[in-house]
Amino acid sequence: MTALGVLGGALQAVLVVVGSPLLVGLMRQVRARMEGRAGAGVGQPWRDLRKLLGKQPITPRGTSELFRVAPVLLVAMTLVVAVVAPFVSTASALPPVADLIVVVALLAHGTVVLALAGLDTGTAFGGMGASRETTILALVEPTALMAIFALSVPVGSTALPAIVGSGLQDPARVLSPASLLAAVALLLVVVAETGRLPVDNPSTHLELTMVHEAMVLEYAGPDLALVELGSAMRLSVYLGLLANLFLPWGIATEAGVLALALGVLALVVKVAVLGAALAFAEVFLAKVRLFRVPELLAGSFLLALLAVTAAYFPA
Amino acid sequence: MTDPHPPTPHDREVVDADALPDRAAALLAAGHRVALVAGHDDRATGAGLRAVYLFTRAAAVEAPESRVELHVRLDPERPRVPSLAGLSFPAGRFEREMRDLFGIVPVDHPLPRRLVRHFHWPRHWYPMLSDAGPPPRFGDVDGPYPFRTVEGPGVYEIPVGPVHAGLIEPGHFRFSVVGETVLNLKARLWFVHRGVEKLFQGRTPAEGVELAERISGDTSVGHTVAYCRAVEDALGTPVTADVARRRAVLLELERLYNHVTDIGALCNDVAHGIRNAHAQRLRERLLRINDRVTGHRLLRGAIRPGAAVLRALPDPVELAGIAADAAGIVAGALGHSVVRDRFAGTGVLTATQAGDIGVLGYVARASGVACDARHDHPWTVAPPPAHRDHTGGDVLARFVVRAEEIAESVGLIGTLVADLDGDPAGDPAGDPTGPTMPTPAAQASGVGIVEGWRGTVVHRVELGADGRVSRVKVVDPSFLNWPALPVAMADTIVPDFPLVNKSFNLSYAGNDL
Repeated sequence: MTALGVLGGALQAVLVVVGSPLLVGLMRQVRARMEGRAGAGVGQPWRDLRKLLGKQPITPRGTSELFRVAPVLLVAMTLVVAVVAPFVSTASALPPVADLIVVVALLAHGTVVLALAGLDTGTAFGGMGASRETTILALVEPTALMAIFALSVPVGSTALPAIVGSGLQDPARVLSPASLLAAVALLLVVVAETGRLPVDNPSTHLELTMVHEAMVLEYAGPDLALVELGSAMRLSVYLGLLANLFLPWGIATEAGVLALALGVLALVVKVAVLGAALAFAEVFLAKVRLFRVPELLAGSFLLALLAVTAAYFPA
Repeated sequence: MTDPHPPTPHDREVVDADALPDRAAALLAAGHRVALVAGHDDRATGAGLRAVYLFTRAAAVEAPESRVELHVRLDPERPRVPSLAGLSFPAGRFEREMRDLFGIVPVDHPLPRRLVRHFHWPRHWYPMLSDAGPPPRFGDVDGPYPFRTVEGPGVYEIPVGPVHAGLIEPGHFRFSVVGETVLNLKARLWFVHRGVEKLFQGRTPAEGVELAERISGDTSVGHTVAYCRAVEDALGTPVTADVARRRAVLLELERLYNHVTDIGALCNDVAHGIRNAHAQRLRERLLRINDRVTGHRLLRGAIRPGAAVLRALPDPVELAGIAADAAGIVAGALGHSVVRDRFAGTGVLTATQAGDIGVLGYVARASGVACDARHDHPWTVAPPPAHRDHTGGDVLARFVVRAEEIAESVGLIGTLVADLDGDPAGDPAGDPTGPTMPTPAAQASGVGIVEGWRGTVVHRVELGADGRVSRVKVVDPSFLNWPALPVAMADTIVPDFPLVNKSFNLSYAGNDL
């Protein structure tokens, strides 16, 4: 545990918690402006969270403790990733946890916990959403692991700081075929895991078409605020990982004030640009039929497989 | 100048209950459809109950349109009619409605269950009878609603509504699902019974307009024109050709704003929000045109019995620009491979199913069943007959048919406005109440048939000797189209239901009255 790791970890936690709702607000605002609407403003998700946090907690009859702890677990597991993964600095507060496989597993666990909470409500929608979400999760995980494998082969380690650090030292590696293929595959993983178009529509009110939203339909008040915050944090953590795995420049490698400030700035800019680009692309997309999602994810798996294959052929 | 399409004289036949099935079968065999079945309570005038069956046949080259009314007088102590459900599916639905509202029992009905009255409405209380009185206390009288239970490994039920997440009318849908595939869908409606038909009774014909405008909020013009035409038919006072043209302009404006809205809504339902944003922009422009033309964004207040007074005529050039914009939205949506994939082959209603169920409007036209009251029961200029390429009965066909109708409506408005010589008000200008309608010499009845944007709207009005409305029967196309939705949902997946539902876009209020 280094000073840089602890400092960076603390900064990252604050940054992700405070910044995630702003990222969601930014993406909604980009989309609104692209569609010719005024939009609610970047700060709207935070205003919504404040409103929800001020409400009386209420849970449906017949739900167990699992339903109540699920939002906390979701936020907690995402927060662990936010602390340990190299977002602002290459050093990690807890190096053994800053492993790509551990990080992806933690993020997937958030989904599993929410799916269990959806089942716990006993409603048709909770079960329906959980069933759809786990189907997608099961199809996404192989792609995620394959893409990770492709990234770790040249470095010889699945430790995130090592992968990011090697990208800094050897910029050419970032542009290798293996890395680019893995980037596209991981992008699709992020889209599917965070419930964005074309897999899920985060802004729909049609219960029957929902995936992620259907699972959390029964949440209200502060619990819903945690679920919303957790989902926003997952989105920014995924985008932050994507940004630093493939565009590591700007990340702090030493514990200076200037270096850390630069690290924060670089992360904010990278994630904001990536999020805005995603929102921009979504304007031109439509949601695919649910039964076509496996085809889309099979395509991303193929890309990941090609990335692994390419990783064994040194340039 | 007189109306080139004078009201069709219709045949009224009084038949015995026993002779009804044979007569109905003969009419159906001759190409008629059951357009309306209504109960009547004539006990105030010393008679009993009465059932009226209206059969209509579309105008064709070889024969003009035909309207035949069969009146069946019934014993008020034991009101019974032989069921026509085996001859016509819509007749079976009308009979269940009539039983719930009047207590007229269709004998040998294959599905003798309640339709309109939910199960907490007391037994033997029939709200449309003249001596029904105020509604009694509701209770759980007739047991729970008998949903069909689908059994088998992995089958589960998804209940949705009647309260939904969006701003839509109340309806309960129960899906029996295996995996994501719908095995059975039951739409339970009738949550919004307002007793509109009863509210008409005792009003003067002019006072009925405000009710007609509110039968189904998005079909103000369709219902008002049908109501006014029925009143004028009863009084024998046809309107001038110009009044008919002004009404037709409003009908097409209503079609335009609803079609444009739904084109966008269908794109929104596949999460292609940009097209919806543009459709909303066009919708707002159309609503402002509506406001300029009638003083009301939903086109209310311009039509009265004997009259149609506009503040201004719509500008055909402006409308043509909007139609071109809408065509751009449609082309963009259809050119999007994912949107097209979502639309194509989803929620198929075959021509046979559409014909058997007796669906109307664009749902029928998208399934290849040609029915359009503007041609079938003409009363003013009809749009030129259109050739439809998409008649597959899926969401895509319904989308394309409505898109094509946008351009056709704009063309028709151009023709009508040119014929009107720029005169928005006509003779009754300055007379805000419209012409004074005569009082009928005796009881009189009339029928109005109009192609609203959703399909054929039929009103049948009876006037008492005092000139007041004694009975209005309203048929919104939704009443006939609702049963088609579950049929189209067979073998469709659950997440596609909102899309299929929107492509039908049926009215709950127009269905439930």
